[in-house]
Amino acid sequence: MKTTTKLWIGIGVLILLSPLGLILPAYFKAGDAWGEWGTDAFKELVGYIPKGLEKLSSLWSAPIPDYAFKGWEEKGLAGLSLAYIASAIIGILAVACIIFLIGKFLTKKD
Amino acid sequence: MHIPDGYLGPATSGVMYAVMLPVWAVASKIVKKTLKAKQVPLLAIGAAFSFVIMMFNVPIPGGTTGHAVGSVLVAILLGPWAACIAVTVALVVQALLFGDGGITAIGANCFNMAFVEVFVGYYLYKLISGSSLVISGRRVIAAGIAGYVAINVAAFSAAIMFGIQPLLHKTVNGQSLYCPYGFNVAIPTMLGEHILIFGWVEAVVTALVIKYLQKQDPALLGYGTQP
Repeated sequence: MKTTTKLWIGIGVLILLSPLGLILPAYFKAGDAWGEWGTDAFKELVGYIPKGLEKLSSLWSAPIPDYAFKGWEEKGLAGLSLAYIASAIIGILAVACIIFLIGKFLTKKD
Repeated sequence: MHIPDGYLGPATSGVMYAVMLPVWAVASKIVKKTLKAKQVPLLAIGAAFSFVIMMFNVPIPGGTTGHAVGSVLVAILLGPWAACIAVTVALVVQALLFGDGGITAIGANCFNMAFVEVFVGYYLYKLISGSSLVISGRRVIAAGIAGYVAINVAAFSAAIMFGIQPLLHKTVNGQSLYCPYGFNVAIPTMLGEHILIFGWVEAVVTALVIKYLQKQDPALLGYGTQP
């Protein structure tokens, strides 16, 4: 088997395991990464929501915010895990397509 | 380490885009000269790896989370300029599709993870590896140390960006406009958690994959070595 095939299989395994990145923090009651809180968190953290931050934070609404599907909130950790795996697949397809496209323009033929 | 929209003021975001535009231009130029068509699949795998490894949030019990970035691994395999492009693509997709990292902060986040981490990691790996064989254990250690140090330098760089905001942008009543935490909080927190936890994750991931590739296909590890 070619090494690249094996490495793609490795990526596939990582995709299937990715919900660990959701389940472990939930289990150990760990919150957001430092400096990646939602705007609401600032009331508790510093007593006010920084004005510029509030304005800019809603600049972009991503189609799959936080690797979760809208309306799946009540499905719990199982639903979130499924959405996480789906997000990983979608994201990696997007990344791979862009790289192959860039590769078409940026490589020499030999 | 994915800075969201609103944490950085326009000055910082703007400067970071201005720094990264020429970096991306140079990266494209150099990759065009050096990357072979048959290496493109590996570049895609590298970008995919960086994308998915960043989804593995590692918890600090009762505290925050963080993750490895994978930049150093990609840089070892394909060189720093190709790695810069691969990690940039992963970060842009994360920002646009998943809201992980801000649109205005793409320049800043790419500076930290696709430029600083990539280049620090790559040159440290080269320095420690010296002229050792591609299959030598020294290269596994080098990869681990490079991963550990590079993610910490990147975290430090992010901490500077966070920490400078209260100095740059304040309202008349003393409230911060953007990130409210100064250097005194941002630097010890960001560095502390990466020194204690996330740096080790990056080190182990980088070293293990290099170790695997030494057994599986050492030819992939030849970048930057004498043929």
